[in-house]
Amino acid sequence: MTKYFTEEHDSFRQSFRSFLEKEVKPNIDQWEKDGQLPRDIYKKFGEMGYFGLNRPEEYGGLDLDLWYGVIFDEEIARMNSGGFGASIGAHPMLALTHITHEGTEEQKQNYLVPGILGTKVGCLAITEPSAGSDVQSVRTTAIRDGDEYVINGSKTFITNGVLSDFLVVVCKTDPDQKAKGISLFIIDRDTPGVSATFLDKLGWRASDTGEIAFDNVRIPASNMLGAEGQGFIYIMQHFVSERLAMAVGGYAASEYAIEVTLKYMNEREAFGRKINRFQVLRHRIAQLSAEIEMVKQFCYSLYARYAKGEYLVKEASMAKLLGTQLADKTMTQCLQMFGGYGYMEEYPLARMFRDTRLGQIGGGTSEILCEIIAKAMIDGRSYK
Amino acid sequence: MSTFFTEEHELFRQSLRAFLEKEAIPHIDQWEEDRRTPRDIWKKMGDMGFLGLSYPEEYGGLGLDFFYDVVFNEELGRTNSGGFAITQQVTQYMSCPNILKYGSEELKQKYLPGIISGDLISSIGITEPGAGSDAQNIKTTAIKDGDHYVVNGSKTFITNGVYGDFIVTVVKTDPEAGAAGVSLLILEQKMEGVSARKLKKLGWHSSDTAELSFDNVKVPVKNLIGEEGRGFYYLMNGLQLERLVAVPAAVTGCEKAIEVSLQYMSEREAFGRPINKFQVLRHRIAQLASEVEALKAFSYHCCEMYANDIYDVKLCSMAKLLATELCEKVATECLQFFGGYGFMEEYPMARMYRDVRVGTIGGGSSEIMREIIAKIVIDGQGYVKPKSSGNGIVERKTSTPGGNGKSESENGKAGSVIPDIGIDEIVKGIQSKASAVDALGKTLKFDFGDEQITIDGTGSDNQVSTSNPNADCTIKLSKADFHKLVSGNLNPMNAVMSGQVKIDGDMGLAMKLQSLFS
Repeated sequence: MTKYFTEEHDSFRQSFRSFLEKEVKPNIDQWEKDGQLPRDIYKKFGEMGYFGLNRPEEYGGLDLDLWYGVIFDEEIARMNSGGFGASIGAHPMLALTHITHEGTEEQKQNYLVPGILGTKVGCLAITEPSAGSDVQSVRTTAIRDGDEYVINGSKTFITNGVLSDFLVVVCKTDPDQKAKGISLFIIDRDTPGVSATFLDKLGWRASDTGEIAFDNVRIPASNMLGAEGQGFIYIMQHFVSERLAMAVGGYAASEYAIEVTLKYMNEREAFGRKINRFQVLRHRIAQLSAEIEMVKQFCYSLYARYAKGEYLVKEASMAKLLGTQLADKTMTQCLQMFGGYGYMEEYPLARMFRDTRLGQIGGGTSEILCEIIAKAMIDGRSYK
Repeated sequence: MSTFFTEEHELFRQSLRAFLEKEAIPHIDQWEEDRRTPRDIWKKMGDMGFLGLSYPEEYGGLGLDFFYDVVFNEELGRTNSGGFAITQQVTQYMSCPNILKYGSEELKQKYLPGIISGDLISSIGITEPGAGSDAQNIKTTAIKDGDHYVVNGSKTFITNGVYGDFIVTVVKTDPEAGAAGVSLLILEQKMEGVSARKLKKLGWHSSDTAELSFDNVKVPVKNLIGEEGRGFYYLMNGLQLERLVAVPAAVTGCEKAIEVSLQYMSEREAFGRPINKFQVLRHRIAQLASEVEALKAFSYHCCEMYANDIYDVKLCSMAKLLATELCEKVATECLQFFGGYGFMEEYPMARMYRDVRVGTIGGGSSEIMREIIAKIVIDGQGYVKPKSSGNGIVERKTSTPGGNGKSESENGKAGSVIPDIGIDEIVKGIQSKASAVDALGKTLKFDFGDEQITIDGTGSDNQVSTSNPNADCTIKLSKADFHKLVSGNLNPMNAVMSGQVKIDGDMGLAMKLQSLFS
């Protein structure tokens, strides 16, 4: 129990951790090979209520405070599979977040309720081949035609982009406008004209990352999510929680890396003594531990402010910047502690090393985050 | 207002800031040049009630909570003069807490009202030319002679040691004993035999730093703080506060540097636009500001723990390490924004750049911080001490050898259960370890109270027995802790520093335990 976590939180952590140890950990290697997660793991998460932690009870959620979400992210990081974390996280955190906040009652019944149960899986499609962090420049169009919209365009780097049942898609309803022309739509996977291919990647191998094409996809006008022209604002609003979650992923993965590294250093001997006796390695661990502790406390302090409804675009960007940078640094240095074994797949660091590399790219690159922070600090820009 | 500060704290901050901006900052350039800060500024601060914030009212203090001290240090950090800030940081947070916590009523009455009114300035004399972070090896002696101690020796790098009034001096009252021979004694600057040489330094120009020599200084016995032989423990107890107060000042020092840099960058033009439009500089600001923001959150977290009477050695060491290292980075990079002006004394970065350099050295160097953190994180011992009680040790976490990286802030389990093994079994276990190393050359005794184990290393090898002779070094500890020592679950150095294990006699011998038990 701490300032932030109650006994209830702690017992949730314990039960979630043992669930993950039993249902997830033994299967990760296989899922990494398969390049995707099996459907039944989503159902198991759904049965346990894990997709509905912060969702309203009337849709099957548990309506818990946001610290449960922090625990969710921290524990997921201990599975050492960025791909698993991405897929199992993108569904509730990205897709369901938009349905919860912007969806109509009908949309909530159709997507949120089965989403929380884990029987329908979603994804959020923003990035395009020529528009990543620059959300305003997306080219996928949604043109009104009677009671329908006709969608044309393509998306890429979409987590759950191949296997999900529905897609929350960012489109231009007014292609002549920038941010103000952006709207969100829910598109069912089986709608004619939707096609997707798997992308092969450096890491995150247990998740399906898709390139998606929309070829004259016709959807009912009622599939618009929220109001027309408001999509950019919705996206920006939810970036804060996404970035905080990625910051948590950064320090939590780093903590786990230190844990397995210390264990190895206590077993491995060189020159007649355990390698955890070598001062230069000890100081490296000390330095990393200090930085991890700082980023962790920084994130906790931000969640406490977020819970009070504070506006934290700048601070969440700072946290994501530091958390993901730290994870890269930690994995590089921890891999080194393992020597040749660090490079081998049978030891945990190889996967950590490649998986963590996406942290500084996805969800806003470090460079974009610096842009946001600099605009706030130097130009007094606010996204409120 | 935030979680940590009430409206009253913020009002206090405003008045202190306004005071410093009016009474101190306009004069600091001069004081830096003079290589000393005049007494009347401290007197003014005392008159305003800015000193002795958390000292008890009976000595003239205000009895306020620790976050007033945090505000105090944050505002000192904004003055951009490490030399100015350090004088009161040493007096209020490093030197006099020893008197407050362990001193006699007479000593408290004599010295505390003066440091709170700003009439007196004090120093803490630990470091010697031959002993820095290693306080138990100091050479300054205080030999009792009737109602006096006669003090001989020297100290160096002593802030306030030239113009201060008294020195809380670390002495050996028993030069033969190691840590157990260390005591704290108040020496007044004006006592006969005390002489100070002012040292020239890279930075901290407005403060006086001394090399002190003590030549047969006669000090009344009543100037002893607390008990003889307890000085090392008093010092160790004060270290966390000393390290912690450096952190809020470092945070605001960094904030101030970014603030003045942003101001300059909005005015200075290059290639036809203000330099704050250049992306590479903007991103550097963003990166630094992020790190400062994170450090600030961490600082408050650590200060809150302290305010709640929890000494967390790991957290304090981490905070001191990160804060002082970040200061150097911020000073280096912000100076760069100013170009040639950064190198000039009429702009603020030159002073900050030289002043922050001592941060990673004083109060325990960065290397010492990493040693401490490594011992806790890797060797698996983390101690948290309640501030109020003298000896009680709360063991926060017992971890498996090799430790783990989990946060201390999470639930720690109670200490592992120690099997009740008979003394003969212990002797057998120790004998096998002791036989494997060279003879100690001396006798070493573990005293469990009712039973003893002695290692006699005066012969050709180490002989272990349950005899109870007068040994060169006696180590008092519980049997449970002894098991932890032997099994590698208790770091000898940490255990001594925390008072969990008490050593009488030859400290050097005790330090060899590390090799015996690792």
